[in-house]
Amino acid sequence: MLVFNFLNLFGRYCILMGRTFSRPERLRMYWKQYVKEMSALGVNSIGIVLLISFFIGAVICIQMKLNIQSPWMPRWVSGYTTREIMLLEFSSSIMCLILAGKVGSNIASELGTMRVTQQIDALDIMGINSAAYLILPKILGLLTLMPVLVIFANGMGFVGAYATAYIGHILSPDDLTLGLQHQFNQWFVWMSIIKSEFFAFIIASVSSYCGYSVEGGSVEVGDASTSAVVSSSVLILFSDVFLTNLLS
Amino acid sequence: MIEVKNLHKSFGDREVLKGIDATFENGKTNLIIGQSGSGKTVLMKNLVGLFDPTEGEVLYDGRNFVTMSKEERIAMRREMGMIFQSAALFDSLSVLENVMFPLDMFSKMTHRERVKRAQACLDRVGLIQAQDKFPGEISGGMQKRVAIARAIVLNPKYLFCDEPNSGLDPKTSLVIDELLHGITEDFNMTTIINTHDMNSVMGIGDNILFIYNGEKEWVGDKTMVMESTNEKLNDLVFASDLFKKVKAAYVKR
Repeated sequence: MLVFNFLNLFGRYCILMGRTFSRPERLRMYWKQYVKEMSALGVNSIGIVLLISFFIGAVICIQMKLNIQSPWMPRWVSGYTTREIMLLEFSSSIMCLILAGKVGSNIASELGTMRVTQQIDALDIMGINSAAYLILPKILGLLTLMPVLVIFANGMGFVGAYATAYIGHILSPDDLTLGLQHQFNQWFVWMSIIKSEFFAFIIASVSSYCGYSVEGGSVEVGDASTSAVVSSSVLILFSDVFLTNLLS
Repeated sequence: MIEVKNLHKSFGDREVLKGIDATFENGKTNLIIGQSGSGKTVLMKNLVGLFDPTEGEVLYDGRNFVTMSKEERIAMRREMGMIFQSAALFDSLSVLENVMFPLDMFSKMTHRERVKRAQACLDRVGLIQAQDKFPGEISGGMQKRVAIARAIVLNPKYLFCDEPNSGLDPKTSLVIDELLHGITEDFNMTTIINTHDMNSVMGIGDNILFIYNGEKEWVGDKTMVMESTNEKLNDLVFASDLFKKVKAAYVKR
């Protein structure tokens, strides 16, 4: 029964995605939506991404210095491990988990409310492919802005690490710089971006599915919002395992 | 003209529509009335294709909507306008943008022509002064009027209204009724209205279909309602004491 339910759910998700990735009726209107969604989902998330990245960068640096650094270790080890953690996991996986909460609930509640207030029915009656018009710009908007968010997260994480050096005097800025530059592997940046693009697709598409398929009223919209965040987060964690294995 | 032939609709084991036959005429205000849960909204959703009937035909001027391909249905839907119970305006768009939306999507007009056309429709419903407001800033009655303007902006041949007077005061309901009746005559549309509002029945019911428990129970017009001896119809239309007295006085006369 569980397998049947899963296959049923997956089938309906695939059908919705099939409708979503179909030819737009009028490109100009989709372009307007795309720009709007880039702003709503991507640009409006920059603040929270910068804030969290700053503190996570600072905290990672402090933890590395206090727990790993020893007289037997080179002085650059704290900076080096901070960089690796930021690049490999934080800027893609952890940041996307945070975005699953912010963006995922936003998408699900917006589409869910449109469903229960019959705005989606109104689009269908007009002869518009409501799935494509509403969901495609969200997916493309988030996919477009995600690499920018990843770069910002990395950059701000390093700023946070430097803050511990310059303001907190936890370690010397020179040691941190040396660690951040030590054996830098450019592929890790690409890996982080590739992973985050997969996660962006999961967040936008799964949350859209949860919101678009709401039936009922405000309680169901709330449930859809919760379900969007939980499902996206679980799928991000699962796919992180496979992607890390595949890309490393 | 829209014809419905032997329309059945079931959800699982529950049969909601049990073989409805009806004709909705051109240039007339056709009303579907019935108690809550009688199947009015399901019938309308079958007419516009939001539900697919289990059995039966829906003919738009002879074209069977049920058997149409996806592309034909999309093209057909551009000949339809619909006003939802909740007005269903797009929250993020202004009143003018809401009315312009179908034009933006489907017409080849220039921006200036689209604005002019949308303003003409807003003028028709008496809301030109509210064009820059957002749906959240206007009253329920005004939202319904904006929905009417949006529904007629592409000059549809068929207009569907799902309980357009729900949640409105009697005076605003009369305004909406008059507006729908006037638009139907002006544009020679086939208008179908789902309603509970007995003022609408007596005021604009050119052709009335009464559904009871998923079946066609009675068909007539507003003058025939007064003379009807159908108990189920009388129970619904003349449910209040005031309407009972009106009916009794009419019969006595």
